[in-house]
Amino acid sequence: MLMIISLDQLPVGESGIVTVIDAHGLTRRRLLDLGLVPGTVVKTIRKSPAGDPIAYLIRGSIVALRVNDSKQISIKPFSEVAINE
Amino acid sequence: MRLADNYEKNGDLIVTTLYDYARRIANQVTVVKDQGRDWDQLIDDLVTSKYFGYPLMFLLLGVVFWITIVGANCPSQLLSDLFFWFEGQLTFVFQLVQAPEWLYGLLVLGVYRGLSWVVSVMLPPMAIFFPLFTLLEDLGYLPRVAFNLDHLFKRSGAHGKMSLTMSMGFGCNAAGVIAARIIESPRERLIAILTNNFVPCNGRFPGLIAMSSMFMAVGISMASSSLVSALVVASIVITGIMITLAISWLLSRTLLKGESSSFTLELPPYRKPQVITVLIRSFFDRTIFVLWRAVKVAAPAGALIWFLANITVGEYSFIAYLADFLDPLGRIMGLDGVILLAFILGLPANEIVIPIMVMTYLSEGAMIELDSLSAFRQLLLDQGWTWLTALNFMLFSLLHFPCGTTLLTIKKETGSKKWTILAAVLPTIVGIIVCTVIAWIVG
Repeated sequence: MLMIISLDQLPVGESGIVTVIDAHGLTRRRLLDLGLVPGTVVKTIRKSPAGDPIAYLIRGSIVALRVNDSKQISIKPFSEVAINE
Repeated sequence: MRLADNYEKNGDLIVTTLYDYARRIANQVTVVKDQGRDWDQLIDDLVTSKYFGYPLMFLLLGVVFWITIVGANCPSQLLSDLFFWFEGQLTFVFQLVQAPEWLYGLLVLGVYRGLSWVVSVMLPPMAIFFPLFTLLEDLGYLPRVAFNLDHLFKRSGAHGKMSLTMSMGFGCNAAGVIAARIIESPRERLIAILTNNFVPCNGRFPGLIAMSSMFMAVGISMASSSLVSALVVASIVITGIMITLAISWLLSRTLLKGESSSFTLELPPYRKPQVITVLIRSFFDRTIFVLWRAVKVAAPAGALIWFLANITVGEYSFIAYLADFLDPLGRIMGLDGVILLAFILGLPANEIVIPIMVMTYLSEGAMIELDSLSAFRQLLLDQGWTWLTALNFMLFSLLHFPCGTTLLTIKKETGSKKWTILAAVLPTIVGIIVCTVIAWIVG
């Protein structure tokens, strides 16, 4: 079974690979600028006290994204990748 | 739509290739040491934790003010002793050359006293507060604050970067207004500009700290009284932040309708601050800069006040008429006419509001030697001040029209008279309402 979830659903401490970025316009450009492209490995680091934004490890730096934005990013969690390969 | 799809697909391909290439080069030439991150994680676990995140922010703010208040006590006293000793020397010289009474009054009692008050009361807290704040900046704590508070900005329809323009505002609101350029969306940029004044700038901090230590912690032991006054100042700052959010919320639902746009925030690794550089930089860039600005404005203001206080129309001085005229409104707000007059005449710079107030009180009553904070407190008590007056003074200091420099900057940045006027009227109305309600509840 191949499971794809949106980035905001990835639990703290888990990693995954970006598959699709469904944002457009300025938001999309900003995400690409961070190095969030299909194939990038992302790890959820921590949630802010209110649960939004959430901080991720992206290419060696920790970046916080609002749930609005991370919802538009689809990822394949690592555990799933391991099972499929 | 198809064209846009294609465009995005091709764009992705380019970006992906670029990143891939960059990663390959980086892998060849760099060695990643996985050190330090653990400590960072531990600290972050604490400062952004669900339960401790907010209390720690408040505590840290309180500690910064506490160190400022405790540390500034002694040097303030020394400086003001020095200045009053020198005033004695000046007086002696003026008597020696038999200078006319008006010249002595204008130069010594007007200009010199105003100046020495500004320097002795403002310099020590600034010389302590600014380096501390710069150290926090250097450490990398501010992005964590932005991380903790972001959902509040989002819910009030403001941009996430507003926490950055606000922390610039702590230094100077005009700088905060200029910093709003980093916000691309015009709607959110205007919100950031219009609300920046709700963050007390360093022209207002010394007044807040002085009022708090004189009136908010009386009758408790020395050690805990400085702690209480520190927490009061921290609460005033928090009040300012809450009002910022409330007004942003109101603006995004009325004049500046819209949702907040997307926002990403990097949480950089903590860095060991370069203490010496911080000390030097904050002293020259901030302390001396602000002090010089205050001195430049306080000197002519001192002269102006002296004239207003000594030109009599009929029975009373000009300043007494002005203060009398404002008195009814002041009383409703739990303040008095002199305080309101000081805020109005202090339009050029917030730094001179308290000096103007002191000079006005002194010109009405007997001349006393204002050589310490306790003498200052006695002067205010003689004028009928209570803790309520001090509280409302602090609140109105937080919630009134921005200084002239900031207003000019707003005019330049927005290019609109309408928004500039709103930026002045909005906080003033909030201030009048808040002070009146508090005076009404307590009274």
